[in-house]
Amino acid sequence: MDLFEYQARDLFEKHGVPVLAAAIATTADEAEAAATKIGGKVVVKAQVKVGGRGKAGGVKLAENPADAREKAGAILGMDIKGHVVGTVMIAAAAPIESEYYLAILLDRSNRTFLVMASVSGGMDIEEVAHTAPEKLAKIPVSAVDGISALKAAEIVAAANFPADVADQVANVLVKLWEVFQSEDATLVEVNPLVKTKDGKVIALDGKVTLDDNAEFRQPDHEALIDQGAENPLEAAAKEKGLNYVKLEGEVGIIGNGAGLVMSTLDVVAYAGEKHGGVRPANFLDIGGGASAQVMADGLSIILGDKDVKSVFVNVFGGITACDAVATGIVQALELLGPKATKPIVVRLDGNNVIEGRAILNKAAHPLVQQLDTMDGAADRAAELAAK
Amino acid sequence: MSIFLNENTKVIVQGMTGSEGTKHTRRMLASGTKIVGGVTPGKGGQVVDIDGHQLPVFNTVAEAMVATGANASVVFVPPKFAKAAVIDAIDAAMPLVVVITEGIPVHDSASFYAYSLTKGTTRIVGPNCPGLISPGKSNIGIIPADITGAGPIGLVSKSGTLTYQMMYELRDIGFSTAVGIGGDPVIGTTHIDCLRAFQDDPDTQAIVMIGEIGGDAEERAAAFISEYVTKPVVGYVAGFTAPEGKTMGHAGAIVSGSSGTAQGKKDALEAAGVKVGKTPSETARLMRAILGR
Repeated sequence: MDLFEYQARDLFEKHGVPVLAAAIATTADEAEAAATKIGGKVVVKAQVKVGGRGKAGGVKLAENPADAREKAGAILGMDIKGHVVGTVMIAAAAPIESEYYLAILLDRSNRTFLVMASVSGGMDIEEVAHTAPEKLAKIPVSAVDGISALKAAEIVAAANFPADVADQVANVLVKLWEVFQSEDATLVEVNPLVKTKDGKVIALDGKVTLDDNAEFRQPDHEALIDQGAENPLEAAAKEKGLNYVKLEGEVGIIGNGAGLVMSTLDVVAYAGEKHGGVRPANFLDIGGGASAQVMADGLSIILGDKDVKSVFVNVFGGITACDAVATGIVQALELLGPKATKPIVVRLDGNNVIEGRAILNKAAHPLVQQLDTMDGAADRAAELAAK
Repeated sequence: MSIFLNENTKVIVQGMTGSEGTKHTRRMLASGTKIVGGVTPGKGGQVVDIDGHQLPVFNTVAEAMVATGANASVVFVPPKFAKAAVIDAIDAAMPLVVVITEGIPVHDSASFYAYSLTKGTTRIVGPNCPGLISPGKSNIGIIPADITGAGPIGLVSKSGTLTYQMMYELRDIGFSTAVGIGGDPVIGTTHIDCLRAFQDDPDTQAIVMIGEIGGDAEERAAAFISEYVTKPVVGYVAGFTAPEGKTMGHAGAIVSGSSGTAQGKKDALEAAGVKVGKTPSETARLMRAILGR
C-alpha cells in the first residue's frame, strides 16, 4: 500500500524524524483554518499518489491564511495525471538552503535492503541517477544488522554530505530505519530532505510503501487505506478475500494461481486479435485451495461487471480440485438464477478433472461450455465476447 | 539424477500437526516422499498417525535431525510464525528448507534469507512457492505428483500453477526436477541457482524457464545463461498484457530502471539464445522441437 504524503509525514513524526507543522484540509475553509493555526507563510500541497505534482501546479506557496484559502480552492478538484485532488496538506513554509535525497528500500535484485543517498535531491533526482550516478550513493543494508548510528555515519560519509549537517542527516537515517522496520515498509523515501537557512535538517516530503503481508501485526495500518479510491468491484472482491484487478476489456477471467491467470490474460488478448480486438476484463486469482464457495463468489463478481460479455474459467487443479471448481460454477449459477446471462467457457485440467467435467456435463447449464485446451477455450471465450 | 533432492532425501514437516501440514504430509507420503517426522514447538514427544505412518513430532528442527537423520525440511507454518520456524531450521544447519507459506512479510523473509547467508549451510527454496519434485523419487511441497513422470527436462518457475501447466503440456516426456521458486520479492533460490544445477545435472538434457513480470530476475538469468549454460533452454514469460505495476516513487524507478516488463524479459532471454514462447502451449512446442519429440 502506497501512502499519501501526509500519512508518510505522520509516520515520520511518530518515529522522531524531523518534519514541519502541518494539517490536512478537504475544503478551502479548512485550509484557511489550518493556515491560521500554523501561522506565517504556508505551502498548500495536493495529496495525490502520483509523481510530478509540483510541475502540474499542485504545490503553491501562500502568503497568509486568505491566500491559503484561495490556493487550496484552486488545487482541490484539480486533475493530476488522472488523480483528482480531494485533500490538500497545509504545511509551514521553510526557507530552504539545500535539497538532499534519502531512501531506504527493498532491493529485490540483491535480496537485501538498500539505502540511497544524495546531496543533489529535489525534483530531478531520477535525472541525477541517470546522468550522474556517482552523485547517488547506494549502500546495501543487511536485514539482520539494520542501520546503527555507526552505519548511518558511514553512509553519510559515502554520500559526501557536508560536515555541518552530517550528524543531523545520520540521525534522520537512523530514525528512517526505525520507520522502515517497525512499520513493515518496503520503501521509505525523503525527497527533498532539506537544510533550512538556519541550519536545520528537515524531511519536507516523503513517500512510504507498506507491506500488505504485514497487516496481521500492524493493526494501525488499516486506517491508512484510501477507501474512496477503490473500484467498487475490487472492493467487493477484497471483502470476499479474492485477488481481483479490474481491466479494460470484455472477457471475464477466473483462474487459480497468479502466474496462470496472467498467462490466461495473455492468451485471451492474443485470441482477441482474431475476434475484433476483445481484451480480458479483469484479473481474478481464486488461489491455491479454492473451494466451491470461493468459485461462486468469484463468478458473482465477474458477472456483476457490466463490461463483461463472456467469461473464461481456466483452472489447473493442483491443490484445487476440479470437482470443487465445477460444483462452485453450478452453485453460482443457481444462486444467480436469471441474473446470469453471459456465456461461460470452462477449461479444467489436473486434480479430479474427470469428476469436474462430469459435474458440468450433468448440470448441462445452457450458458456453460467446456473445452479441452487453454488455447481453444480462450479462442471460444474471445469469439463469444466479440458477438 | 535430479537437483536438490533425490530418492534418499529424508524430509521433516514443520507445521505437520496443522491442517495444511497434515493434508500435504498425506499427499507427499502418497507420492513416495520419505517423510520422517514433524516439528511443532510445544508438541514434541507426540506421535502422529498419517495413513498408517507413525510420525514422531519434535520441538525443534535440531532434535528432529538428530533423531531421524532428516536432510530436508518443508515449512507449512502460518505467516506469523514462519520466520521463527525457518530460523530454527537454519540454526540446525538443515541443508534444504522449502518454505511453502504464502503471505510472509518481506522484512521476515529478507531477515531469514540474510541469516542463512551468514551461516552458509542452508539452501532456502521459497517462500510462497509450490516446492520441488523429482517425479518418482521425491516430492517436497504441494506440486501434484501424478501429472507426469521422470524424464530429461528440468523446469524452474516463479509460478505454481504455470509449473503444473507446463508439466502437463510435456507430460509424455517427463522431468528430472521441477522447482517452483516462488513469486515473492525475496526468495532463497533463484532461477540462476536452478539453471546452474540443471546445467551440472547429467540427467537433465534441456531446461524450461518460466518467469513473470516484475523485478529483473529473468534478465539476470539471461546473462547467466549466456556465460554458463550450454544445454538448450526454452522460456516463457507471463504478463505481456498485464497492467503496469504500481508507481514506486523515485527509489523504485531508479532501482528497476526500465526492466520488469514481459517484453524486456523476452528480449533479454532471446538475446541469450533462449527460445521464448508466447503461450505455454507454444513454449511446449519449442521444447518438443529441441528434443525431437
